[in-house]
Amino acid sequence: MSDGGCASRSIAVTVNGSVCRAEAPVRLTLSDFLRQTLHLTGTHLGCEHGVCGACTVLVDGRAMRSCLMLAVQADGHQVTTIEGLAAPDGSLHPLQAAFCRHHGLQCGFCTPGLLTTLVEFLKDCPDPTAAEIREAISGNICRCTGYDSIVAATIEAARALRGDGTTP
Amino acid sequence: MQRDRRSDAPAPPGLPPGPRAVIGQSLPRLEDGPLLRGQGLFAADVNFPRQVTMRVVRSPLAHGRLVSIDAAAALAMPGVVAVWTGADTAAIPPIPFRATRVRGLEPYCQPILARERVRYVGEPIAAVFAEDAYVAEDAADLVSAEIDPLPAHLDAAAPPGEFLPGLGTEATVVRKEYGDVEAAFRAAHAIVALDLSVGRHSGVPLETRGAVARYDAARDVLELHGTAKKQHWNRDEIARLIGRPTHGVHLFEGHVGGGFGVRGELYPEDVLVCLGALRLQRPVKWVEDRREHLVAANHSRQQRHRIRAAVDAEGRLLAIDNVFFHDQGAYVRTHGARVADMAAGLLPGPYRLPAYRVAGHFRLTNKTPAATYRAPGRFETSFVRERLMDAIAARLGLDPVELRRRNLIGRDEMPYARPVDALGVDVVLDSGDYHALLDRALARFDWAGTQARLADRRARGECVGAGLAFFVEKSGLGPADGVRVSVDATGSVELVTGAASVGQGVETVLAQICAEALGIDYRRIRVVRGRTDRIEFGNGAHASRVTVMSGSATYLAALAVRAMALETAAMELQTTAEALTIRDGRILRIARPDEPLMALGDIARQMGPNSPLMRGRTPGLTAERWFYSDHMTYPYGAHLAQLRIDRDTGEVRVERYLVAYDIGRAINPMLVEGQIAGGFAQGLGGALFEEFRYDDEGQPLSTTFADYLIPTMAEVPPVEVLIAEDAPSPLNPLGVKGAGEGGTNAVGAAIAAAVDDALGRPGAVTRLPIAPRTMRRLLAETAR
Amino acid sequence: MKPPAFLYHDPRSIDEAVALLARLDNARLLAGGQSLMPMLNMRYVLPDHIIDLNRIEALAGVRQIGETLRIGAMTRQRDIAEHPLVRSRLPLMVEALGHVGHRQTRNRGTIGGSLCHLDPAAELVAVAANLDATIEIVGPKGARLLPMAEFALGFMTPAIAPDEMVAAVNLPLPAARHGYAFLEMARRHGDFAIVAVAVVLTLDPAGRLATCAITLGGAAAVPRRMAEAETMLRGAAPDALLFGRAAATARAVDALEDAQVPGWYRRQVAETLIERALATAHRRAVAANGMAS
Repeated sequence: MSDGGCASRSIAVTVNGSVCRAEAPVRLTLSDFLRQTLHLTGTHLGCEHGVCGACTVLVDGRAMRSCLMLAVQADGHQVTTIEGLAAPDGSLHPLQAAFCRHHGLQCGFCTPGLLTTLVEFLKDCPDPTAAEIREAISGNICRCTGYDSIVAATIEAARALRGDGTTP
Repeated sequence: MQRDRRSDAPAPPGLPPGPRAVIGQSLPRLEDGPLLRGQGLFAADVNFPRQVTMRVVRSPLAHGRLVSIDAAAALAMPGVVAVWTGADTAAIPPIPFRATRVRGLEPYCQPILARERVRYVGEPIAAVFAEDAYVAEDAADLVSAEIDPLPAHLDAAAPPGEFLPGLGTEATVVRKEYGDVEAAFRAAHAIVALDLSVGRHSGVPLETRGAVARYDAARDVLELHGTAKKQHWNRDEIARLIGRPTHGVHLFEGHVGGGFGVRGELYPEDVLVCLGALRLQRPVKWVEDRREHLVAANHSRQQRHRIRAAVDAEGRLLAIDNVFFHDQGAYVRTHGARVADMAAGLLPGPYRLPAYRVAGHFRLTNKTPAATYRAPGRFETSFVRERLMDAIAARLGLDPVELRRRNLIGRDEMPYARPVDALGVDVVLDSGDYHALLDRALARFDWAGTQARLADRRARGECVGAGLAFFVEKSGLGPADGVRVSVDATGSVELVTGAASVGQGVETVLAQICAEALGIDYRRIRVVRGRTDRIEFGNGAHASRVTVMSGSATYLAALAVRAMALETAAMELQTTAEALTIRDGRILRIARPDEPLMALGDIARQMGPNSPLMRGRTPGLTAERWFYSDHMTYPYGAHLAQLRIDRDTGEVRVERYLVAYDIGRAINPMLVEGQIAGGFAQGLGGALFEEFRYDDEGQPLSTTFADYLIPTMAEVPPVEVLIAEDAPSPLNPLGVKGAGEGGTNAVGAAIAAAVDDALGRPGAVTRLPIAPRTMRRLLAETAR
Repeated sequence: MKPPAFLYHDPRSIDEAVALLARLDNARLLAGGQSLMPMLNMRYVLPDHIIDLNRIEALAGVRQIGETLRIGAMTRQRDIAEHPLVRSRLPLMVEALGHVGHRQTRNRGTIGGSLCHLDPAAELVAVAANLDATIEIVGPKGARLLPMAEFALGFMTPAIAPDEMVAAVNLPLPAARHGYAFLEMARRHGDFAIVAVAVVLTLDPAGRLATCAITLGGAAAVPRRMAEAETMLRGAAPDALLFGRAAATARAVDALEDAQVPGWYRRQVAETLIERALATAHRRAVAANGMAS
């Protein structure tokens, strides 16, 4: 609401399907809200200036850098973090399983941002080429893998999500 | 990724021959579960009740006299707990360095907060402690420093300046020499001289540094969390610096978001949070931000070589005279002069070299202090050495491959002792068949066919080329590592190591070795690492040492546990240990393998302290074993690159890249490939993209990820990997050599050679990284 | 790297936003935040007030008015790239958006935010300049329209008063059968351009160049229309030689110099990209007209 402006605000954000209510200082970034207020530390901060992609979460289904959003901007919206990718029974999302099989992670710091970005990408583009994958996640820096294993994992996950072929 | 392995390596001693069930298998990693689910514990994920946040105020100038610091405004802010300046930490000694043979470096060590002088942009000058990170940053912005600027000294190759009155900026000169260099140059058929430079870049892991300290008064223990790489040494030094007994300090490692040499060294901030926790009696958390990281964590690589080679008419090396200038930055940090020392000792690499002389000028400048980065001293010197080999080939009109063949050390000359040392140990190349690996790499790359295809494309106007570099890595730095393996009553195994993990898969590899030796599922092994409270000594994770040193200790400890288990079972079953074996955690008679007799957990229970069986003996199905090594192991390999240059923009596109690497024995080939592919991407960064640049005043120009260019997925091509196991190391029971650095080592060298080839101008590349604007200039010069 | 303290306002209508702008000192408008948020995190800007435009629905949307496309300031870059009207009538925009940051940037970033930030290397700024866009500005005295050439006042300086904001951008649509190209050179995919080039051209029935617009982004303080080249090309029969001559006008550009990129390099790359963009746009125009090339 337009008013004299506020320094703190009570917000309600649906995070991984649950409504989370909290008092948030208006300058608190969405990433710090997730990490500090909600203790969802799976969302990582690699640069805090919108280049590395490690803090990517899904806001209303779209991949966004949570270091470049304020928590108050997420009020009333749906946020999905890395903690929300596995099925309720704990089984891994096909992307998570494929990352493990293809050694698509080493230190694992960039992994949450890659996975959330790829979840959205594979919804938009269920049968991507390697080149499309490389373009789609060029906004996620990985310092460990050299990326190729991530491409391989994504191709396999896409196949599993489409339901053609069995995954090993 | 294509996989090419030979599995004819002999069985490790102590195990039956035949295919290995666990070692050598590309098994999924034990580490992945929590990391994939967002359940990792990185430094910034550690929190304690009542914690305060520390924010470091850093010098805005490259060099100057620190006149005063005004913290009054910061202290007056609500939520600010304390502000310290150098005066508050004057009693704390500067950050020390680890074992080095070089003397006289002490005056160049860094204080935890600057006093009197600031020496680089980013140097800590004050520490603010506040209720949260936002307030801490607000307060830090209010701390103002009065600094009288002094001229910044920025070129290590320029004449040395003054560090302090009576003390120059040349801290030492690393000198090594053998053979009669002067005579060789006098007798030479030809002398080739080059002036080559490598730019300043570094590991830049995706996780920045972080440290959380808390003092537990109830137990009188100071804990430091968020640590990496060298917990035991860091514990010893922190205890010494702050004046506590070593047993009253414990370091803990959670997950580490990439190490690459940079993470886990002892930095001023680590000591500051420990002091803060003690003095403020509240936990203190510090998380570095990215801009801080790019000016505060170790830089690396910047070095300029003036090198000469004397060769005979056939292109055989007679002598190398290597003068180089190592840009150490503002202080000598934990590594002392190690990088320069390795550069000096390891430059000759895989070649026969009758005479060698090196003078490595180790000089301080007003930039961020430098230290190790993946393949330290080798990325630089492989670039220099292989540039030199290409120049010799060009001078004598020889094919670069043939020239290398003439100089490579032969298989029958192994082990090859070079009368020179590096890292304090003599360089003895332990094993290798360099010629065979070169042949396999050329065949895999279809080198001859590639040359023909590239010639065709060049004839059609394309600017394309291929290049090759050969290199020797070093790994398995000793001198010791211990591992304790214990089986509990449920049959689960705990493996405690003094090694650490920086994300490369240490837990999986050690578990595989343990599982193979013990005869159980590797998933039942819990690996405890990076904790000083669980094992008294450790040498950490660096220098590609974990698989060799901790892997060998694991192997010995697991074999010992296996022997104990079989012995106990034999007593119980009234047979001999030799008649029994262990499979899937169960004891079997070798003669009747279908009949599991008892589980390892049952034996562990019987070996408890209250068991009559153990009366008078040390209880437990557990063993601690130590592995010692006086020499490093030397993996070796070749990098082959093919690339295309856009003549108009100067952009380089790597079209194909092969890394062939012999590591003796691959415990988990998938992880080895991961190491090589990731190492290659970092090498490519150093060859084409990444550089810490400074302006004339010493202001850093690469302080964000928009300016320090880490290659993204769009820039890194797939890499082909050929893992060879031709030459197992004779120095350890598994025959392993480290795999962590070979992917990075020769990228600069191979890319430079391929660029020369595309330009048709040998020796064109003299400096890394090769930026498009540099390439455009080279293209213009070549066209003339 | 945490944002400094400020007061936050999230108006629901343009009127409310304008009223806030009139009332508050040292206020910054927050659009997609892909530039402002990094600047806040790095504390390059220290506003007392943030006026968040993200909850003003009236600011988002694409619609066609005659032969003009009106895009609301808060329309997300990704929604623009996927909009059927944009895809069918303005493929230059789609091609340019492919170079804007990354997926995450485009999902959040807006066209109005990009235009007001006015980074000389920004793709959307170059596109707006190339299409002779008109910027719709609202303030306490109502709305006004400003041609892009006047809007882009100087280096990162749009011609808007502190109490005004951009409501929409009007993009004149090129003829149905046109050729286009957007090319850029950046160190890495998604980085700000060292040089970007936008070209739109049309052909007359004889295959001569009827109209031609060329814009250079990243090279100068504001996007630069290559007027001399455009004049040279208009009415001429296109061929490689001519495109080369037109591109050579880039040699006279007073190019930006910075720590990473010297001016001479920008000029050389500009010449190359203009020549390539002209060739691509011409090829596409020929195809669109069903002509044989």
